[in-house]
Amino acid sequence: MFEILKKRDLTPVTKLFVVEAPLVARKARPGQFVIVRVTESGERIPLTIADYDAGAGTVTIVVQEVGLTSRLVGALGEGERILDFVGPLGRPAPLTDRGPVVLVGGGFGVAPIYPIAKVLKTKGVKVISIIGARTKDLLILEEEMRSVSDELLVATDDGSKGHKGFVTDVLKQLIESGREIEEVIAIGPMVMMRAVSRTTEPYKLRTLVSLDPIMVDGTGMCGACRCTVGGEVKFACVDGPIFDAHQVDFDEAVRRGHMYDAEQKLALAKLEVAATGGRGGCACGGGR
Amino acid sequence: MSDEAKRKPAKRPRAEMPCQDPAERVRNFNEVALGYDEELAVAEAERCLSCKDSKCRDGCPVDVDISGFIAKIRDRDFRGAYEAIKGTNSLPAICGRVCPQETQCEAKCLLGRKGEPIAIGRLERFAADWAMSQGKDRPADIKPNGRRVAIVGSGPAGLTCAGDLAKKGYEVTIFEALHAPGGVLVYGIPEFRLPKRIVAEEIDNLRALGVNIQCDVVVGRTITVDELFDEGYDAVFLGTGAGLPMFMNIPGETLNGVYSANEFLTRTNLMKAYLFPEWDTPIKVGRRVAVVGAGNVAMDSVRCAKRLGAEEAIIVYRRSEAEMPARLEEVHHAKEEGVIFHTLTNPVRILGDEKGWVCGLECLRMELGEPDDSGRRRPIPVKGSEFVLEVDTVVMALGTTPNPLVSQTTPGLEVNRWGCLVTRDEDGLTTRDLVWAAGDAVTGAATVILAMGGGKKAAAAIDRVLRG
Ligand SMILES: Cc1cc2nc3c(=O)[nH]c(=O)nc-3n(C[C@H](O)[C@H](O)[C@H](O)COP(=O)(O)OP(=O)(O)OC[C@H]3O[C@@H](n4cnc5c(N)ncnc54)[C@H](O)[C@@H]3O)c2cc1C
Ligand code: FES
Repeated sequence: MFEILKKRDLTPVTKLFVVEAPLVARKARPGQFVIVRVTESGERIPLTIADYDAGAGTVTIVVQEVGLTSRLVGALGEGERILDFVGPLGRPAPLTDRGPVVLVGGGFGVAPIYPIAKVLKTKGVKVISIIGARTKDLLILEEEMRSVSDELLVATDDGSKGHKGFVTDVLKQLIESGREIEEVIAIGPMVMMRAVSRTTEPYKLRTLVSLDPIMVDGTGMCGACRCTVGGEVKFACVDGPIFDAHQVDFDEAVRRGHMYDAEQKLALAKLEVAATGGRGGCACGGGR
Repeated sequence: MSDEAKRKPAKRPRAEMPCQDPAERVRNFNEVALGYDEELAVAEAERCLSCKDSKCRDGCPVDVDISGFIAKIRDRDFRGAYEAIKGTNSLPAICGRVCPQETQCEAKCLLGRKGEPIAIGRLERFAADWAMSQGKDRPADIKPNGRRVAIVGSGPAGLTCAGDLAKKGYEVTIFEALHAPGGVLVYGIPEFRLPKRIVAEEIDNLRALGVNIQCDVVVGRTITVDELFDEGYDAVFLGTGAGLPMFMNIPGETLNGVYSANEFLTRTNLMKAYLFPEWDTPIKVGRRVAVVGAGNVAMDSVRCAKRLGAEEAIIVYRRSEAEMPARLEEVHHAKEEGVIFHTLTNPVRILGDEKGWVCGLECLRMELGEPDDSGRRRPIPVKGSEFVLEVDTVVMALGTTPNPLVSQTTPGLEVNRWGCLVTRDEDGLTTRDLVWAAGDAVTGAATVILAMGGGKKAAAAIDRVLRG
């Protein structure tokens, strides 16, 4: 179970995996996520579903190597197995029948935007996608997104591709141009989703975001994923992860996301030590 | 012979439970109570009056032949004692450790009228541990009967139901949401109170009976109850527990450093955060930790906090010590370990620093008024008694309610206003035909033994109905 059938490096730190998980594939919907664990002593981390194929019994995930566990996942290769792969968790994205919908994907957030675009397209809803990254080499799934969007706009911070600047600049131009927009769905780093929310709020433009708080079980059992939405405490893993952006307390979400920064550093240092054969420090050998 | 030994055994005080020294044990997660050896067990068993019409048995929710097994220990027939218990209790090593004996069997013991009741729990544990040390139970001869039952949840209710059905020849599959089976026994109750190797051993015994355990399956998400029937299961048992944590809904509950007891204990026990960074899951424990509540869950949390390095670990409880719902032994052990108790104290607000981390817990003092619905005296706030406990971690141990994932995705499955599954009869038949339920999912947060008792009854009913 949970064998990695295909692996693709999207960027040096972003890996796509097609995983054999027939039960999850049968039930998966856009917006849902899985929880994975890769070693017996490992953490449980949530990963958003980036695609699924019930017929083939596969689920696609995209991992950006930021913390300890995402690096451990990223290091796995084809033919290897993921120890635990449970889902689909969370509520599916509520997808409208009325377009046009603007989809905004930032960084590896483009991956979970993809299945949303795909389903909207099959429903005949007009999709305008804006995808962005720091630089051209970090931009992912551009061709896939083009194939499921009526229009695809690209932004890079350094201008190496498409518009120079943030996805929010492009979004704002789009709104200002007076184009008809029914709603906006944005997925990416918390700060980017906060920026999108602030961009659309003055226009009272319905906006959905997908929160990715720290989680443990993913079934409503622990409350690690608490976030405040519309002044109420919600559990992102069962009440979300998709929420009305204008109701989300982003500052709190960002703050809670940093709760274990110190521990994460420690764990990563341990990983580096292991990678350098226990000698510690950097592996370049220049220090010796 | 010493004076004490010459006295009639029944007049002797209970044989004391050997324990790890408190100063030592707050620095490790090893089991606190070390268990009777053969001599202590026999000495304690000798105290039993072997009443003809013994009352202790009425106090046991699964009807263990208590005076019978104690007599066997007295006669040094330890195997016989174990088998006498196993007749009605499939998890004696666990129950001997975690049952609230003082409100059940031991509460009915005649010896308790004048002195200390016989230590039934400790003797049960002794018999079970003795049997485990002798090697595995040999699997019974089972004839498959060709019928399949799906069990949802692998806590004590699910495990018991699965075991009983497997022995009757059913093909049993347990579906568990987490990556490891055991329910609260593995994610909630800490290692120092219930070593995980004991739970693992009981689960191995089930596997030896042919029970198939599928982890990483969330019923209601990965597969629904109706789909289980579509896949050919003849009946479904729901032992999904009461896993949803409650919060107080006071300001500051989303500050960094506030945990539900479920999260705090799951990180610590299931994910082994006490071994971080060898194990990957971290936990944040400050210098001063307040745990709100006074049940078993609160005691486990506060004692974990102490072991995780808190200099001060504090129980904050709005009623008085007499009303604390935790097992007596746990409160006693917590005190020995230096846990501080602030009773008649109710939190009203959690205070945070400029970075959003907990820095204090504002509380009100309470006094006891008239008895409420539960028969316990109602705590009422003392006006103007606000004060701040300086703490950097707060753990909310206020109770739990059943998870709605299954009920929301199973048409016709009714719950009451507390979210507990409605049952139509004593056996746990739910409002859906061929679907039974027991344990915390039905009763709300209760005890291991009640969950087991419920699982047992349901197994018998499933067998009756499926055999027609
Ligand atoms: C910290 C703590 C300490 C305790 N101490 C004691 C004690 O000392 N003595 C005592 O008698 N009792 C104690 N209790 C209470 C006791 O543990 C419970 O009453 C008992 O475990 C209930 O058993 P159960 O089988 O109903 O549910 P649980 O043990 O809760 O098991 C339910 C299982 O079902 C799984 N599940 C839930 N939903 C799904 C789903 N949709 N699909 C698949 N799986 C699902 C859960 O993951 C879990 O593994 C304690 C409880 C806690 C939390
Ligand atoms: S992750 Fe535990 S409740 Fe959401």
